[in-house]
Amino acid sequence: MAVLDKSSPPRPAAARVAGRPAVRIGPFSVVWRPRTVLVLGIGLAVLVLAMALNIGRGDFPISVGEVLSVLAGGGDAGQRFIVMDLRLPRSLTGLLVGAALAVAGAITQSIARNPLASPDMIGFTAGASAAAVAVIVLGGGAVEFLGAAGLPVAALVGGLLSAFAIYGLAWRRGVHGFRLVLVGIGVNVTLTAVVHWLLVVAGITEAARAYVWLNGSLNGRGWDHVVPVAIALAVLVPAALLLAHVLGGLQFGDDTARGLGIPVDRSRTALLVVAVGLASVATASAGPIAFVALVAPQISQRLVGSARPPIAVSLVVGAALTVVADLIARTAFGATELPVGIVTAVLGAPYLLFLIARYGREARG
Amino acid sequence: MAEHGVLTPVAPPPVPGSLRRRRLLGLALLVAVLVVCCLASIAVGAKAIPLEGVWHALVNPTGTEDDIVVRSLRIPRTVVGLLAGAALGLAGALIQGHTRNPLADPGLLGINNGAALFVVTGIYAFGVTTLVGYVWFAFAGALVASVAVFVLGSVGRGGPTPVTLALAGAAVSALLAALTSSVILIDVQSLDAYRFWAVGSIAGRDTAVVGQVQWFLLAGLLIGLVGAPALNALALGDDVARSLGHSVLRTRVFGIVAITLLAGSATAACGPIAFVGLVVPHVVRAVTGPDYRWLLPASALAGATLLLAADVIGRVVVRPGELQVGIVLALVGGPFFVWLVRRRKMVAV
Repeated sequence: MAVLDKSSPPRPAAARVAGRPAVRIGPFSVVWRPRTVLVLGIGLAVLVLAMALNIGRGDFPISVGEVLSVLAGGGDAGQRFIVMDLRLPRSLTGLLVGAALAVAGAITQSIARNPLASPDMIGFTAGASAAAVAVIVLGGGAVEFLGAAGLPVAALVGGLLSAFAIYGLAWRRGVHGFRLVLVGIGVNVTLTAVVHWLLVVAGITEAARAYVWLNGSLNGRGWDHVVPVAIALAVLVPAALLLAHVLGGLQFGDDTARGLGIPVDRSRTALLVVAVGLASVATASAGPIAFVALVAPQISQRLVGSARPPIAVSLVVGAALTVVADLIARTAFGATELPVGIVTAVLGAPYLLFLIARYGREARG
Repeated sequence: MAEHGVLTPVAPPPVPGSLRRRRLLGLALLVAVLVVCCLASIAVGAKAIPLEGVWHALVNPTGTEDDIVVRSLRIPRTVVGLLAGAALGLAGALIQGHTRNPLADPGLLGINNGAALFVVTGIYAFGVTTLVGYVWFAFAGALVASVAVFVLGSVGRGGPTPVTLALAGAAVSALLAALTSSVILIDVQSLDAYRFWAVGSIAGRDTAVVGQVQWFLLAGLLIGLVGAPALNALALGDDVARSLGHSVLRTRVFGIVAITLLAGSATAACGPIAFVGLVVPHVVRAVTGPDYRWLLPASALAGATLLLAADVIGRVVVRPGELQVGIVLALVGGPFFVWLVRRRKMVAV
């Protein structure tokens, strides 16, 4: 579902796309790709089912059908309270956070042309972790102004600051993808050391609390966590989809992209702002949930068979992955509730390994 | 061969005099700085010991308080720092060479996360709480993780390529980190012990710790250094190396073995120490050029220097407490790395 500008150059897969009809709206055109639509449809179905299951299961079980009827406006008062006030906001937070992380990952991986360059690997969320752990561990005093504003705000401020620091430090007559990654690694290492130091000087209770946050948790998330992520997604995802056609050209390298008429620096800056915004808001709401930003775009790319991570499919896959992970984290171990980030890693990692093994064979033909 | 006069080996073109001078000068300077760092590491600490005292303790100890501090605390700590730093520096140069990726560091093979999981398991399930007790768990974990990464990165028919190794490393690392986290979140006591191991430190390491890892370290140093000429050929690409008569697979397997031994024993002795393996080869390459016969030994020396210098700094900055060497390295090394990236184009491997 690539959004192509009319004047943009033929994409690498042009030979295959040639026979396909294009849907044109104004200056934009969308190539009709049945496989992408199919993957999107299946992804959405899985997502809805996982949401319904996740909302239904718990100490007070509600069947999938009843959940759907409550969402449609039916159900008794008790069910309405449990679904609308307790479980739906948590699941929605998971859905939105997963979607935001996946889109951010798809953008950074495309810009750096490196499957490992997810926002958390290149330091975009390290500032959020450092700020949040500082608030948890140090409490008032030095970080009072951050603490007073609440953990999510502190994490948001920290994440944005670290991202802008990375961008500023990587700027030298334009931001080169490779330099951005390297600077990001440097900043990431530094901020991670700060987190480690805070964990060592902390009392054990604060350290344990900080550790739960660091693993990414959806526990106790309510509507006040849903709204900011929803607003960020509503603004930033359309922007990402509109800018996405540039990514196709950037895949060829800066010089070629410039030769094809793409304003390389401007587009890249805009895309990075979108990615940083999404990743920071998501991390502020639920902590740095591992691996979604890395693995969801890679899974989507292979499901669709495209040359780079597709944004719309990544969004759905990331959301589905996070909601399924939350379902498992909540219910699989009885009374013990794991942070969702642990489950996303345990689910995502073997799948990535499987893909690598298959990819190796495909590549040899 | 020679009698046909066709395949007579041609003498390699002479190394330009200026480069040779620069390499020798750089190496001499490095050794001098390393000696200074060693002496500083013995002299500086909660109890400062003057150089005469250090000399006294080293040459003819008579059992004074200074002698005991030097011989039972400072020297073992310095030796651990020296060995671990050299191992990490060399392992970093090796993995950057084998993956032809200037961003690779030994952590890429999952070594740190494997060691962490086994240490946490040791704490949680077997009640291990001593530094000496951690060593074997950490080493076993490092070994298991790197073997897993190498095997999983090689299952594609193309064998171990830099990209599949990097992806497999990331996936295995994430999985191991998640398992570590779940143990820690279940048991607060494990978290309490683990968080002090996880920062990476050479404080409190005694001769027993050195004794446990020294042979693995020495074997790793030897295997790593011997592979330098083959690594030079590999830098030209797999096909060229093969046509020059090198077995690419054998070179790579020996390389991974050396990296695992080096980084595994360093992590076992000190806990995970980031950054030495990543940044040292970059700095050294600027002086020695890309020839691995120079780059590898110089990286080992520079790694040892960096680790000891960082440890001494950590003892001074937050008196009367200490900042762990892993934290100092990241706090100083991170900005330095950023500066390095900004200053010039990174030399390609």
